[in-house]
Amino acid sequence: MKAQTSKNIDTQRLLMGNEALARGLVENGCTLAASYPGTPASEILAAVAAFAQETGAPLHAEWSVNEKVAYEVALGHSYTGGRAAVAMKQVGLNVASDPFLRSAYLGVKGGLLVIAADDPGPHSSQTEQDSRFFALFAKVPVFDPSSPREAKDMVGQAYELSEKYELPVMLRPTTRVCHARQNVPLYPPRKLDRPPHFDKNPSRWCATPQFLTALHRLLNDKIDQIARLKEFAPLLTAGDGSFPGTCVIASGVAFAHTWDLLADLGLLGQIDYYQVTLPYPLHQDFVRRLSLDYSRVLVIEETYPVIEMQLAHHHVQGKRSKAVPGAGELTPEVIRTILERFLNLPHKHAPVGLAGGGTRPTLCAGCGHRAAFYAIRQTFPDGIFPSDIGCYTLGLNLNAVDTVHCMGAGISQAAGFYHAYAAGGGEVPAIVATIGDSTFFHAGVPGLINAVFNKARFILVILDNATTAMTGHQPTPEKGLTATGEPGRPVLIADLVKACGVRFFQECDPYDLATFMALLQEAHQYCRRADGGVAVLIARHPCLLDREAWRSQASYAMAVTENCIGCRHCLDDFECPGLIFDEVTDQVDIDPGRCVGCGVCVQVCPAGAIEAREKGVGGRL
Amino acid sequence: MKQQIIVSGLGGQGALTLTRLLAEAAQAAGLEVITSETHGMAQRGGTVISMIKVGAFKGPLIPAGEADVGLFLHRDNLAVHRFYLKPAGAVFINSSTPGDYDKVDGRGLAQQQGLPLVAANLILLGYAAGKGRLFCGPELMEQVITEKTPARFREANLKAFRIGLDAVAARDRWTGEPT
Repeated sequence: MKAQTSKNIDTQRLLMGNEALARGLVENGCTLAASYPGTPASEILAAVAAFAQETGAPLHAEWSVNEKVAYEVALGHSYTGGRAAVAMKQVGLNVASDPFLRSAYLGVKGGLLVIAADDPGPHSSQTEQDSRFFALFAKVPVFDPSSPREAKDMVGQAYELSEKYELPVMLRPTTRVCHARQNVPLYPPRKLDRPPHFDKNPSRWCATPQFLTALHRLLNDKIDQIARLKEFAPLLTAGDGSFPGTCVIASGVAFAHTWDLLADLGLLGQIDYYQVTLPYPLHQDFVRRLSLDYSRVLVIEETYPVIEMQLAHHHVQGKRSKAVPGAGELTPEVIRTILERFLNLPHKHAPVGLAGGGTRPTLCAGCGHRAAFYAIRQTFPDGIFPSDIGCYTLGLNLNAVDTVHCMGAGISQAAGFYHAYAAGGGEVPAIVATIGDSTFFHAGVPGLINAVFNKARFILVILDNATTAMTGHQPTPEKGLTATGEPGRPVLIADLVKACGVRFFQECDPYDLATFMALLQEAHQYCRRADGGVAVLIARHPCLLDREAWRSQASYAMAVTENCIGCRHCLDDFECPGLIFDEVTDQVDIDPGRCVGCGVCVQVCPAGAIEAREKGVGGRL
Repeated sequence: MKQQIIVSGLGGQGALTLTRLLAEAAQAAGLEVITSETHGMAQRGGTVISMIKVGAFKGPLIPAGEADVGLFLHRDNLAVHRFYLKPAGAVFINSSTPGDYDKVDGRGLAQQQGLPLVAANLILLGYAAGKGRLFCGPELMEQVITEKTPARFREANLKAFRIGLDAVAARDRWTGEPT
């Protein structure tokens, strides 16, 4: 037993895809990693910091305020010859697209890796866009790993490619790679020993339009050369001739799923099966050979037809021919059906799950956001509620979130709503925008400056739980802790709000519903005043997933008395998972497994049937 | 050896801990392993599922109807995720309600023994290990829990795991060689 458990312990470790990517960065001599958290990429940066610490590798890891900033920090580092990486979720690349596209023209010095994690499905994103398309648009090479192990291997290849051609290189994992766990071999970090040195070159680093055509031509040449590199030609698992003139091409995790399915069907080694590891630029000779050697080709890739569109082949089956669904995740069940149709196999009836089954996500018991949303909704039953991206998107369940678009959009959308109603001449409804603390730093500040200056009138509630909760508690600039856990120089939300020109500003713990509701009314009056404008409230309550925060607040033994009239107000409008309905008694009860004893629901119950007791027994009395 | 396992629960019930421990046990046994987990929005109390594939697999997802073992942390999830199980797959549930599955009242046992209710996850794992339906025996699993659990949770996790093992009736207890 002992021998078994210690086997390979030094050379192999069970790593999540994001950890494998992080380990790859540290092993390959990366000296700066910057990121903004977002599912499915969130775990990469903390793992980079941890592996650097564990191995003693010198590395600056930072949570940047947003992806554009992260990209530019990494770019600056690369200009000095060091290896840099920037990690983000796919929509983060939208934010970073400005520096990203130009960096293809100007190029890099030290290797620059852009990790853009896609979310086919999507499971936890506002689109299921394909970052490989972004790479193609930017003319940047992109790797598409099928597993954590492969993702780690590709980091080294990507760095070499990046430095050889002085180009940023993208690595595009998807959710199923990021959040897969696999045993992965570990190696010691490489020491590159590159003292930082910046070569001034204005015609390149400051390239004005007169230089850009030449730079664009150079970029095209680089891409042409990379498309001819043999080492990035698709990898063939050859068939035995059972399917003449037929092949299947796949990339990313769809390659892994298809591999398992072909193995299960006994077709592995019978049909020619290609894995594309570099979907852009697609290997030139592969494209040419394909049209000569095959009359039937099936392409399986997530999420857009990136490989498919580069194949000048009339007999390609894929997303454009509708052989492969054009939206949604390519799960094993979906791919099985695709293979059955393409290869004329008998259909296997797989059992199906309950459509729309399961429990929907909800704000945690004791979450300060719930109290804030309840107060907003109760104060302004007819209000309009633009909101934003984060845990608090779940304010949807409390009917206190009407729009969710992209990071920071809620504030500007609120301004848009105001100007529309104000110009309409009729009654302007109460407009209450909500945004989380981390999102406010990320993209909220310009929207607030814009709204103030252009004389919009609405209430902005900044939901400050002192962390980036949804993605796993990364520190915000206000917290004053860097990604490596050292003290930083805190930037305060209150200072920012005032500096944005806001004249009405209050802070409150939303647990105190009466006070918070009174402040909302006061803010509303300010919006209506002749000299009024944007009113800002900070609803401050720490996230209780931070156990320290939970332990340091009062916790009550909650109880529901016989006075409960079963009106369900606390369930429908407050929706705390610590409250459950007993169908037998037609009354509400406390779920002791989930109730955290915050006591806010006492203020919510119209019958006064919920009690908070300092000591003693909770639950139904 | 090939085995495919699903762990189904609600966000916060400790499905990720079970997934991690099963994968560590596979690695400790010298087997290939790949898992899939739910992160992000659904973790906020929503329905979550993890998959563990032990043996020569490349992809992290288990197709419908192919799982050998299902560990359900919540009975309501049965309706949502049972379709992943093979017809002859073993279903273990943290529940006090009898049904067409193998149940252990992890929540009740945790409460009785003064453990936090979330310890029901380790009780369920101990129970399944005790029934001998996992790719490895209880001894290896116990060793992995000892080695891989952060110090502050170690005692509670081991205690919960043993409660689960002991909940297997003596005549049902697995007596095979440790894997």
